[in-house]
Amino acid sequence: MSIDLGLPDLGGLAEVPTTDEPQKAKDYKSDQEVRWCPGCGDYIVLNTMQSFLPTLGLKPENIVFVSGIGCSSRFPYYMDTYGMHSIHGRAPAIATGLATSRPDLSVWVITGDGDALSIGGNHLIHALRRNVNFKILLFNNRIYGLTKGQYSPTSEEGKRTKSTPMGSLDHPFNPLSLALGAEASFVARALDSDKKGLTEVLTAAAQHRGSAFVEIYQNCPIFNDGAFDVLKDKDEAARRIIPLRPGEPITFGPESEYGVVRSGFAGLETAKVFEIGLDNVVVHDSTVADPAYAFALSRIGGQDLEHTPTGIFRQVARTTYDDAARAQVAQASEAKPADLQALLRGNDTWTV
Amino acid sequence: MHLAECQQHRQGDRKAETVTGAPVQKRGTAAPMSRETTTSPANATTDVTKLDRVVIRFAGDSGDGMQLTGDRFTSEAAAFGNDLATLPNFPAEIRAPQGTIPGVSSFQVHFADYDILTPGDRPDVLVVMNPAALKSNLPDVPHGGILIVNTDEFSKRNLTKVGYDASPLQDGSLEPYQVYEVGMSSLTQGALEGTGLGKKDAERCKNMFALGLLSWMYHRPTEGTERFLAEKFAAKPAIAEANLLAFRAGWNYGETTEAFANTYEVAPAKLPSGTYRQITGNNALAYGIVAAGQQAKLPVVLGSYPITPASDILHELSKHKNFGVTTIQAEDEIAGIGAALGAAYGGALGVTSTSGPGVALKSETIGLAVMTELPLLVIDVQRGGPSTGLPTKTEQADLLQAMFGRNGESPVPVVAPCSPGDCFDIALEAVRIALTYRTPVMLLSDGAIANGSEPWLVPDVTDLSNLSVEFATEPNAMDGSDEHWPYVRNTDTLAREWAVPGTPGLQHRIGGLEKADNQGQISYDPDNHDRMVRLRQAKIDGIDVPDVTVDDPEGNARILALGWGSSFGPIGAACRRVRKSGMEIAQAHLRHLNPLPANLGRILESYDTVVLPEMNMGQLAMLLRSRYLVDIRSYTKVAGLPFRAAELAEVFTDIINDTRPEGSGEADHVLTEATE
Repeated sequence: MSIDLGLPDLGGLAEVPTTDEPQKAKDYKSDQEVRWCPGCGDYIVLNTMQSFLPTLGLKPENIVFVSGIGCSSRFPYYMDTYGMHSIHGRAPAIATGLATSRPDLSVWVITGDGDALSIGGNHLIHALRRNVNFKILLFNNRIYGLTKGQYSPTSEEGKRTKSTPMGSLDHPFNPLSLALGAEASFVARALDSDKKGLTEVLTAAAQHRGSAFVEIYQNCPIFNDGAFDVLKDKDEAARRIIPLRPGEPITFGPESEYGVVRSGFAGLETAKVFEIGLDNVVVHDSTVADPAYAFALSRIGGQDLEHTPTGIFRQVARTTYDDAARAQVAQASEAKPADLQALLRGNDTWTV
Repeated sequence: MHLAECQQHRQGDRKAETVTGAPVQKRGTAAPMSRETTTSPANATTDVTKLDRVVIRFAGDSGDGMQLTGDRFTSEAAAFGNDLATLPNFPAEIRAPQGTIPGVSSFQVHFADYDILTPGDRPDVLVVMNPAALKSNLPDVPHGGILIVNTDEFSKRNLTKVGYDASPLQDGSLEPYQVYEVGMSSLTQGALEGTGLGKKDAERCKNMFALGLLSWMYHRPTEGTERFLAEKFAAKPAIAEANLLAFRAGWNYGETTEAFANTYEVAPAKLPSGTYRQITGNNALAYGIVAAGQQAKLPVVLGSYPITPASDILHELSKHKNFGVTTIQAEDEIAGIGAALGAAYGGALGVTSTSGPGVALKSETIGLAVMTELPLLVIDVQRGGPSTGLPTKTEQADLLQAMFGRNGESPVPVVAPCSPGDCFDIALEAVRIALTYRTPVMLLSDGAIANGSEPWLVPDVTDLSNLSVEFATEPNAMDGSDEHWPYVRNTDTLAREWAVPGTPGLQHRIGGLEKADNQGQISYDPDNHDRMVRLRQAKIDGIDVPDVTVDDPEGNARILALGWGSSFGPIGAACRRVRKSGMEIAQAHLRHLNPLPANLGRILESYDTVVLPEMNMGQLAMLLRSRYLVDIRSYTKVAGLPFRAAELAEVFTDIINDTRPEGSGEADHVLTEATE
């Protein structure tokens, strides 16, 4: 339940200054040579981000990228904005302090499956439950790249890696289910190779007031090459990807012959449209207050990527931590002047 | 104790703290310590004895409200104008099993008609609410001391619980003391008859009865307590009334019964003139942070995770949002410092508060702050360690952790307050260093300072120094381009510029990877890394810190008592005793531990012997030995409690008289002291 603080219903960028000066993608390229491996999915995400940011029309000096540790966390060095490449897993904590004290900044956290879900799992869930106004882009390549190829918390069970020659034993996280369990107010998924889909999701995330969680399936050509190939092959993609479009029945397949229908207790499953009828196909609504719907969507498909919904799963308005924190400071300042001498004296003094 | 006395030792002979303060006679006879005894007009059978100082300890079960009782008595002493110092001592368990020794909670207050330095070694008066409190505290009471015993709790069952075969009230074992037996529980219940309060609730007010009785015995003003009770229980008028009745019943019991032959007066202390208030170390730290934010004209962001004994800093700061203070209770210690560092990056005064185990978790982020060269205040209220250790007890064993507890060459300035009131000044000093030099600063308080209180000369805010900083606004590239180079340094301070997000044209990236000198790009160049390591070290080594002053009244001392942190009080009191017995000893106290004051080496060399008491295994001694190649006589004790003045006076005296074995003898002595 959200607490009504009487705050105006603002977008995520409401207090971030804008500029009329036209911007281009190259304005957001730093002078640093990009040093990801050839063919890395991170390049595409970087290019998409650099092409997308000019559409926001923000003053570039009011954009900050904060990252943790891992291949994807080198991202801030390549953006000509303010940036901090911090320590493993802690970017959401650092961004919480920054976003809380600076409402005039558009803050982006860049993280990976190891950074966000393993060493930084605690900060991630707490940032999401607090709903601090920053955007979290989780580059999920289902492997540890920077440390050269150990399994990650999103690797499929039984995965053979350098540290698991007989196969990994861990059951993987579903990052979207985890975020929804933490009651994230904005949850989406995109593919690194789908520039259009990714841009749509980034645009909505930027405009969302509160924590926005975006999982980006990203290929690691060195240690986990082809992890998402089934979603990039044209025929396979048509069969497996379930595009989520607001207000439309959730159908997929080459002929839109499949649909998502309700199943059991608050669940969803796929079915053939001709068998169940289009009227029974669920119409997508990301603004449903109960997170159970988006959670059920996140459970469609699995480790094998058999079915993979993409787009915005959930987007609801909820009081943000930073707005509320600033409101308390403002309220206290209004109620009582900042009289330092009076504070130091207190109520109980004596004179010698 | 006076405001930041350790900053500037006042020269000249000071009144020695006397070894005992209580009358040692049986009732009705004259006390050796008293200077004047008159008969009170109010009660013909009660004499008034004037004392220069008294140590009272209230002890009872954790649920008996001893901390509140002690706190109120302290406020009464403060309002009366005494100098005072306090020592709360309580278990880590919120409610240990009732009536057991581990469940005993106590509060000691030392008040005097002159400036005192410690909460007192031993109580002159011990108030005990049950057998467990008696058993665990009696060894501290000198023979002749006063015991005020709540007899109602001395049941067979309660006695057995703590291993008394027979009641000490009856078996003659308390003969060396003056014992006053008072049925506090039943008297309180009797006083509250007719209020409609249940028997159990009525009994809970017995601590106020004890407070009333002691307030009468020591002629304390009562208006403050009456007002406090009315305010504290404003929402529960029946409870407020009950506590008030119990308090008055205790007072009246003393006045109307003839059980007590003496009451005592301790005149107001002659402290430097000004307006005083009572303050604990944690509150003074919180006020210091608020003041630092105001003086720096920066918003304050505290990121913190609750931990004993530092939580009160978070509690206090959360009350002062009207000063532009944001408090974030984070999900863990790491997030607490992360939020503080993120806020510092954005141009706020970032602060995190914790205790030793929390510092262990924050270490990696402190390293990031060292590397990114951002200002940050890290407060460590030290407690007994290692690991969870003794959460509610004091220790000084985090010094080496503060100095070196990070990977790589990671120098951090370290400062430590010497008293509760000094916490205010040291917070401002730590912030000055952090902002001027763009560095995380470790502030080492400890449990004794954090919870202890003393009268505090309220500073005039117009005297506080200006801490304002300038953010970068213009490109600073040394090649004349219009770029911002994040690691260009101020030639005096070696501090880099603080260019906060939102500043047009200064977009840049920082992080934990090594950066190229000046330009600030990622650099793996071997020579550059060597240069940056040395630059970071030189920046910290070059911090401007005041010289340390030496207190040596006669000027001929050959032995120097050196200390840091909360041991200032006991070391100072011990020096007074040594001087009173005709010997000379100099005292110096360090508030800056990294870098050390520039004149320290010269001072250490100028004495035949330097003795350094520490509540650790000799951590500062180790640093000084390696830094100055001088020997240090280390005296160590790690018992969770502050040093006693008498104990240190004995150590100092033995060293002056050369009757103290060098080297290995220290450890033996330490064990004896700790287990006595």
